[in-house]
This record gives sequence, C-alpha cells and structure tokens, in this order.
Amino acid sequence: MSGSPATQTVRVFIPRDSAARAVGADELAQAVLTEATRLSVSVEIVRNGSRGLFWLEPLLEVQTPEGRVGFGPVGAEELPGLVASGALDPERAASITHPLALGRVDELPYLRQQQRLTFARMGLTDPLSLSDYEAHGGWLGLRQAASLSGEAIVQQVLDSGLRGRGGAAFPAGIKWKTVRATAGPQKYVVCNADEGDSGTFSDRMTMEGDPYLLIEGMAIAALAVSATQGYVYVRSEYPDAIETLTEAIARARAAGWIGESVAGTDARFQLEVRKAAGSYVCGEETAMLESIEGKRGIVRAKPPLPAIAGLFGCPTVINNVITFASVPVILARGPEFYRDFGVGRSTGTLPFQLAGNIRYGGLVERAFGVTLRELVFDIGGGTASGRPVKAIQVGGPLGAYVPQSRWDVPLAYEAYAAMGATVGHGGIVVHDDTADLSKLARYAMAFCAIESCGKCTPCRVGSTRGVEVIDRIVNAPDGQARTQQVDLLRDLCDTMVHGSLCAMGGMTPFPVLSALDHYPQDFGLAATREHDAIHQSKQGVGQRAAMTPSQET
Amino acid sequence: MKKIPIKALPARAPDSELQRAVRTLALAHAARPGPLLPILHAVQDQFGHVPSEAVPVIAEVLNLSRAEVHGVVSYYHHFRIEPAGGVLLQLCQAEACQARGASELAREAEKIAGCAMHATHPDGSISLEPVYCLGLCAMGPAVMVNGRPHGRVSVSRLRGLIDAARVARTEPVQMLARVGVEPAVVHPRVGIEPAAVHPRAGIELVGGAQP
Repeated sequence: MSGSPATQTVRVFIPRDSAARAVGADELAQAVLTEATRLSVSVEIVRNGSRGLFWLEPLLEVQTPEGRVGFGPVGAEELPGLVASGALDPERAASITHPLALGRVDELPYLRQQQRLTFARMGLTDPLSLSDYEAHGGWLGLRQAASLSGEAIVQQVLDSGLRGRGGAAFPAGIKWKTVRATAGPQKYVVCNADEGDSGTFSDRMTMEGDPYLLIEGMAIAALAVSATQGYVYVRSEYPDAIETLTEAIARARAAGWIGESVAGTDARFQLEVRKAAGSYVCGEETAMLESIEGKRGIVRAKPPLPAIAGLFGCPTVINNVITFASVPVILARGPEFYRDFGVGRSTGTLPFQLAGNIRYGGLVERAFGVTLRELVFDIGGGTASGRPVKAIQVGGPLGAYVPQSRWDVPLAYEAYAAMGATVGHGGIVVHDDTADLSKLARYAMAFCAIESCGKCTPCRVGSTRGVEVIDRIVNAPDGQARTQQVDLLRDLCDTMVHGSLCAMGGMTPFPVLSALDHYPQDFGLAATREHDAIHQSKQGVGQRAAMTPSQET
Repeated sequence: MKKIPIKALPARAPDSELQRAVRTLALAHAARPGPLLPILHAVQDQFGHVPSEAVPVIAEVLNLSRAEVHGVVSYYHHFRIEPAGGVLLQLCQAEACQARGASELAREAEKIAGCAMHATHPDGSISLEPVYCLGLCAMGPAVMVNGRPHGRVSVSRLRGLIDAARVARTEPVQMLARVGVEPAVVHPRVGIEPAAVHPRAGIELVGGAQP
C-alpha cells in the first residue's frame, strides 16, 4: 500500500450524535475538511453514531489497516496540531504519541468491559446507511420473524424473559400476547420515546445512532400482533432524534422493510413519528396515548389496559425504545441466547447510562446483576469533580437515592424493588459530597408539582404540599417542630404512593424518602449510621430527631 | 307547543392574514388521526408561538371547541402563546445537570441576560427558560440555544453562545454529513446509496432549524 496520503482516501469518523454535536463535532468535521483540503489529503468523513464514551466527545476516529484509531476529545482548534503529528495518515495514526491519541477504539477498557447486545452496532456505522446496517447484522431479526407465525414470535419474546425497559419492567411478551389475542378493527404499535428522565439518553442514542434497530423491533412487534400502524412518540427536546428517525423511516419504507409489505410478507405496517410537546407525564403510557390522540396528556384510569383498549380505543402494544431495540437480537440469535444474560427474572442486558457528576460518563450496556460500585467506580472512574461520591440516583427523577451501603446490591428489578428503589430506565446520576439531599428531595416534589397532569389529588396537591413541608423541616425552629414535619412528610408520601393514579405521584416519594432515610443530616436531623438507615421505621427518624437539638442546615 | 325560533349563527368574521395561514396549516394535517399536536407544532414552527387568534381557526377546522384547543395549548410546556425573545436560552435544571452546577449556571445566565428565568428581557432580545433534560446528561450542564443543544457549558462558554446567537440567530445550523474530499475538491462520494446523496452538490446537509 502506498504511504503517500495524496493517493488514498482516508476514512474519518466523527459522530453525528447530538451529544457530540453539542460539544463541537460539527466544527471538528469542518476543521477536518479544511485541513484536508489545505494539505491535499483525500478524506471521507462519515458521521457515525456515538460510541457512548461521552467524556471523549468529540471523538475522531481514523480507519487504519489495524482497525479504527481514536483521538479525543478533539476541539476543532486542536485539529491542525493533531494532523501535523500524523493523525490523518493511516500508516502512522495508530502509533503516534499525542495527548489525545487513544489507540484502537474497540480496545478501550470502557468498551471491553461491556456486553453490547442492543448497542452492538452503536458508533460503528453511519446511522442512515441501509447497507451499513445490513452489513453489521441488521434485519436478521425481522427476516427471522417474517418466516414465523405471530404466535411463534410472541413465544420467542416470552421465552427471552424480556421486560419493559422504560421503567415498569412488565414482561413484553405478555403484553404482546394480550394484544394478539384481542380482536380489533385496527391494532397499533406505539413506541414510547418520551425519554424525560434526567440521566438517561439511551433512547436518544438509539434513534440518532441506530434508528433502523428501533424500526426493526417495531416491525417485528407489528408482525407478532398483526398491527398495521405504528407511532413513535419522540420528545420535542430531541430535534436530532426526530430528524434522523423520520429520515430512517422513509428510507426503510423505500427499501421495502416496512410499508405496504413488511420484509416481503403480506403484512402492512406504516410507521410515523409524532413530536411530543414537553410534558414529562406524557412518558406515562396512557397520557402518551391521549397526547397522540391530540388531547391534553392526562393519565387514564386502568383498566382497560392499553393492550385491550389503547390508542383510539384499539388494542395497542406500547413499549419503550430500548424494549423494541432489544427484540431483533432475540429473534436473530434465539431467546435462550438473550435469556442467558442477567440474573433471576431480570434477563438480558440493560444499557446503563452513567451521568451527572461522573468522570467517564457514557453508555455502558451490561447484563443485569452488575453493581453500582462496578459501574460508577470501576467503569465510570468516580466523580468528575474528584470529590467523594455522596449519593447515586438510579432510575430517573422517580428513582431512589442509593447510599454507599447499597452500592454492592446487584442491579436487578427484584433486588432493587426489595430495597425500595427502582432500576427504571437505567439512568445513573452521581452526586458528589457537595450535594444537599434536602434540596434534591425538595426538587423531586417541585418537579412533580410542575409536571403533574392534575387528574388525581395525591399527585396534584401532594407535590405542592411536599415542597412546603420539606421547607418547614429544613427551617424548623427546633427539633420538636422538625419531628412533627417529618411525620407529616412521611404521611404525605404514604398517601401519594398508595393514592396516586400513576407512577408520577406514586413514585415521587422514592427519591424523597430515600433522601430522608439515608441522609437525615441534610434535613437537620441526627446523622444515622448508614447501614441501619435502610431499616429505619417511621418512628425511628422521629425519635432520633426528637433527641437532637436543632441543627439548621 | 310553542316554537322557539333558532337564531342563525352570526356570520364568521373574515380570516386575518395570520388566520388564513393557520387555516392552511390546519387543513394540511386535519385528515391525520390525532391532528391537533401536529397542527400546533406547525403553527409554532411558522410563527414562533401559537397566537390566540389561531385558536378559533384550529377549533373550527377540527370541529372542536375553542376551550379544547386552548386547553391543549396551555397544557404543554412546549407551546407558547407569546413570542419568545430573539435568543431563546433553555437551561437544563434536572438532576444530572444540577450535579454539574446547573443552578449556579442559571443564576449566571440571569445576570448575563439581564432577566430572570421564565422571563423575556423587556427589549425582547432574550428569553430564559428552565428545561428538564436534553439527554446530554453525561456532559452537563447542558443548554439549548435557539433549538440547538450545547454540553459542558461553562459561564464563559455560555456568554459566547449568547453573543453568537444574538448575531446570527436566523442562520440555520447545518450538519456536514458524509462528505468526501479529493485533494482540494469537494465531490460526491462514489458508491454511496442513492437515498443518502443530497441533491445539493453531493454534500448532505442534515440538521438545523425545523422549517
């Protein structure tokens, strides 16, 4: 091979993921173009999906004979220096010494420690290229599904043990089976892509970085239940995801994977993106249906289940992006393959998202059973600020703050439920020791007050009262007043948990109570030894507080 | 039995220019199932907000009451009934960004902008809004400036973003995608699948402001 850069085209990868663009990937692409032109180097820039190593974004990868070699994070202004040291020369890129040089990207420990099933293709391909998708194992699941009966598809999903990845963890196969068994003039497949949980971005990455995977999963669901129309309800805060997914749907239809004939079968399946409008509660499935129907996003009472009377009153499969995206690999490689990952009834893998104050933030797909300690410290490298980790919120704004004593509990649905926490959508938000958990608890209530749909009283009124009670706890003049207010807060949380119509009001107490139980000192209460904090009863906190003089925070 | 005469409905006032445009947009989506949100998005994309005079037109096209349409407009945070400032700065205030100093950044933004959160500067130059998660949770604090997300935003970077947006806020942001360069020449990549090639000079431009 000639070493002369002018005679060969150098393949360069710069992500198009909005997180990479948010820190200058477009400017970097422009800089590569400018520099290549100036030096008369022939380059081809591929805007791939992100590898999910966000502290390295914008990540520049160069195709070399040994594989893809990475540099990052590369500011556009640093590019000329990087090029001068040989980064755009495939013969030299792997061996140059430069502070930004990372070597072969797929050899990076962050990626080697993962089990990427759903995210197997992420970052490797041009997200909109159908040939890239197919060359990297795309459509195998749909092809397999096209050769099976709907019943057999449902059985495979049942056998895999796949559970809803949006947070509620309901077995996907049972939902599909119900829709399949319910007669209706029309059936729908709806993807809930209203990923509003702070600390989560796996849905966004999938839609921007591997959109055909979601389309394939939804098409399989459509074949399984005989649905002919699908919707993807995407947040308005994700403009790039909407654009990429819309384009991907058009191309998949043009190529015959969906549309009038799904993958060469007689089945018809049309798919459409619906843009949400900034309401968090529309991530609740029935509120989302109302929103698609063109109404205010008010939660519906269940029953009827959406599987029986869902969108426009018809049987509807509703799953989260990652649930649908997990289906192709199940069909392609068999339910046993998928089921063998994970622990107990939490089968398969979950794309965890390391976020907040974390040094190596990004996407880490691992089988269930991994611990927070492994994710946050071994892989995530602790806090970005370098200070000690104080609290880790798992599962979004409705998830509990998990204290140090619980960081070795395996991340699995049952184990987390047993300690009053939730795995949710796999978002992991790290806070260092400067965090004030009373403020975060107050924020949880305030957020619920902003986002409550208003249909049920515990959520609508309880959240506002919750903010007030937390304020009174923090500002209490003495221990006795504080104890009274703590009792009130627990009582209020009890009402919200048991009286709310949906998870919005029903789970807002999770972060609040976990903050109160594990970090009482932040509320001006006596510090407890952490390991017995989890066993604290209602009276426990009250008695301890009563014995302590007031400690204003 | 006494007959009660039914009053004829008053004739509808003729559409204003804006209402004519809204009617066209509404009719374009009216046949879709669940057309109201797509219509409101189309109106807001075109006018920057959903003007109150748009409501009766949309209601009439969809055969809804004005209250129903107003209820939907006012329910969703995304829809605004007043135009935003020339620069719309949305600051993520959710937990992951809080862990990286989002609250402090919001206070600085108020100083730089000269107006409070949830408000538009009296001169109409800038609006500040909280937003709850942009999906950039591993690179907080994150903001969105006129619809484009930015991560790892320091105070000085925020100042730069605002200044840049004040100058060129109408310029759509475009993404350079999948381009090939022969020495000193931009040309379409050979062998690229047809759908991926943009008609414009072989450079596929994706992204940027919604039409």
